[in-house]
Amino acid sequence: MREVLHTGTATKGTRMASTSTSTNGKKDRWASGVTPYAEMGYYDADYVPKDTDVLCAFRITPQPGVDAIEAAAAVAGESSTATWTVVWTDRLTPHEHYQAKAYQVDAVPGRDGEYMALIAYDIDLFEEGSIANLTSSIIGNVFGFKALKALRLEDMRIPPHYLKTFQGPPHGIVMEREYLDKFGRPLIGATTKPKLGLSAKNYARVVYEALRGGLDFTKDDENINSQPFMRWRDRYVMAMEAVERASAETGEVKGHYLNVTAGTMEQMYERAEFAKELGSIIVMMDLTIGFTAMQSMSHWARANGVILHLHRAGHGTYTRQKTHGVSFRVLAKWCRMLGVDHIHAGTVVGKLEGDPGMVRGYYDVLRERHIMPDPAKGLIFEQDWASLAPVMPVASGGIHAGQMHQLLDHLGEDVVLQFGGGTIGHPDGVAAGATANRVAVEAMIMARNEGRDVLGEGQWVLQQAARSCPPLAAALEVWKDITFDFESTDTPDVAVTPTPA
Amino acid sequence: MRITQGTFSFLPDLTDDQIEAQLRYALGKGWAIMVEHTDDPHPRNILWSMWAQPRFDLPEEEVGTAVGDVRACREAHPEHYVKIVCYDRTLGRQTTAMSFIVQRPSDEPGFRLERIAGSDRRQSYALHPYAADRPAGARYGAANGGGGR
Repeated sequence: MREVLHTGTATKGTRMASTSTSTNGKKDRWASGVTPYAEMGYYDADYVPKDTDVLCAFRITPQPGVDAIEAAAAVAGESSTATWTVVWTDRLTPHEHYQAKAYQVDAVPGRDGEYMALIAYDIDLFEEGSIANLTSSIIGNVFGFKALKALRLEDMRIPPHYLKTFQGPPHGIVMEREYLDKFGRPLIGATTKPKLGLSAKNYARVVYEALRGGLDFTKDDENINSQPFMRWRDRYVMAMEAVERASAETGEVKGHYLNVTAGTMEQMYERAEFAKELGSIIVMMDLTIGFTAMQSMSHWARANGVILHLHRAGHGTYTRQKTHGVSFRVLAKWCRMLGVDHIHAGTVVGKLEGDPGMVRGYYDVLRERHIMPDPAKGLIFEQDWASLAPVMPVASGGIHAGQMHQLLDHLGEDVVLQFGGGTIGHPDGVAAGATANRVAVEAMIMARNEGRDVLGEGQWVLQQAARSCPPLAAALEVWKDITFDFESTDTPDVAVTPTPA
Repeated sequence: MRITQGTFSFLPDLTDDQIEAQLRYALGKGWAIMVEHTDDPHPRNILWSMWAQPRFDLPEEEVGTAVGDVRACREAHPEHYVKIVCYDRTLGRQTTAMSFIVQRPSDEPGFRLERIAGSDRRQSYALHPYAADRPAGARYGAANGGGGR
């Protein structure tokens, strides 16, 4: 492996080793030059992880000729204390304590050349309450390693001792529902469309029609910030008029996610403060602002009683590919730790990537108190969330009322179903589209509670509800043949997964 | 206007059989059942009046007891909003699991939206239930001594 890494130093390494080779033929651990990571203590098959350790599962694809154990040890080394050569200054530290240890390396069944490496990190390696620090260690250096063809962080086990240094979601699912006074069904929303180009007044028109028609929430899209065609302040003022009007006409609490994403933290705080002053119950931000900025907004949201929505803009650049990057289940864990109330987590049936088992795994990570390993969901580690509040997952992208039974079956009740095109594209208008979605979700919940088989009888339930709701009948007709049936790129290793019907 | 709070407000008003089916589902889940009523349906009014004590540990076959609570509350307050609240004590939930309206006043006048203009085009908003112009207990319908609006 070292030769693959640094062919130029191989001669030197050999020369150095020749002067200090021990009796077993191995280079002395502390001789200057290059020692394999596995022999420096970064691989220990006998290591038993401590309850306080942070654990990582990496999918490793070594370059041809590189030994899998040495590759795993290299990942452990470069994500903790190691550099490419022996440094004597290691001896000034209790280095055994700070070295990450690869303790298990297995070939992935059916995936030639791929290995799953489990690596343990002592909790002392990480700063309390900092996702930035955690990620700088775990994914900071290793993903560009030449000796690896590809590397993917599949899962993490965060010990409660470390979890408890994070605030977690500002409010969580229970408080959000009590705040909204909405129980027993998925929440429903829509993203304003077109996402770019509307003036503030026209934008508010869409918000108003969608909310009065029956949606709980409307949403700014990720790239609506403060552009020349509509500045943030104008959008906020007019969107809140729409929210309050709709609330007065329905007697319900309503909300519009005002996107506070901006170029600096100071601008984001200014926008969030203004949203709060106008009475908005919720603001949103984009993943693109970075971990520290998100965590700052999370603390702001807790302090100010405003629900915080996260749009995972950009995540597909590193979550989608099976062999390289960071799995979304890991990103979801980080976001629950740094603290968001909502996060987009996949639809299964919509237009965006999402294997059914994998998406269930993400939803478990976000919503459950305690998670057990489950290969069919891609969950490798047990995870106790130590009472960190659950996050409301958001399903958005190419979903419509005619899929309500599938959505309920795949995603459950604690979810925001966002029908953007599925509301605004309704042939009878935005409010009719909203009504169709609301009637569909209520009818499906009522039927399920009455004991009906949601998947098997779902179409029939929708048709029955449509008899007294013309907007639902129109929605079922116009989108009756719309499905997005493509093979997922990120699937569990355990079995071939059927695509959603 | 029709107030659309609760789990099933966009569907036609529930029949007694439909109400019983939902109650059976709730009891099957082990949830406690409460009946609540109000003549102030402001969306921020989270504290409707309780009709008697919540029913804990009611077996599913005794669903009739919960149905009886609903009936008694409706008879005592025919012009109030009445809702069934199902409570889930499970660790990590510890909140309402389902809540749906089972009676409405004969006329629902709705809300007035009041605006107070602030600086820089800011508006402050207040929702005012028209019915709350009358004293509590006299807000809806002849049965409670008021005419509604």
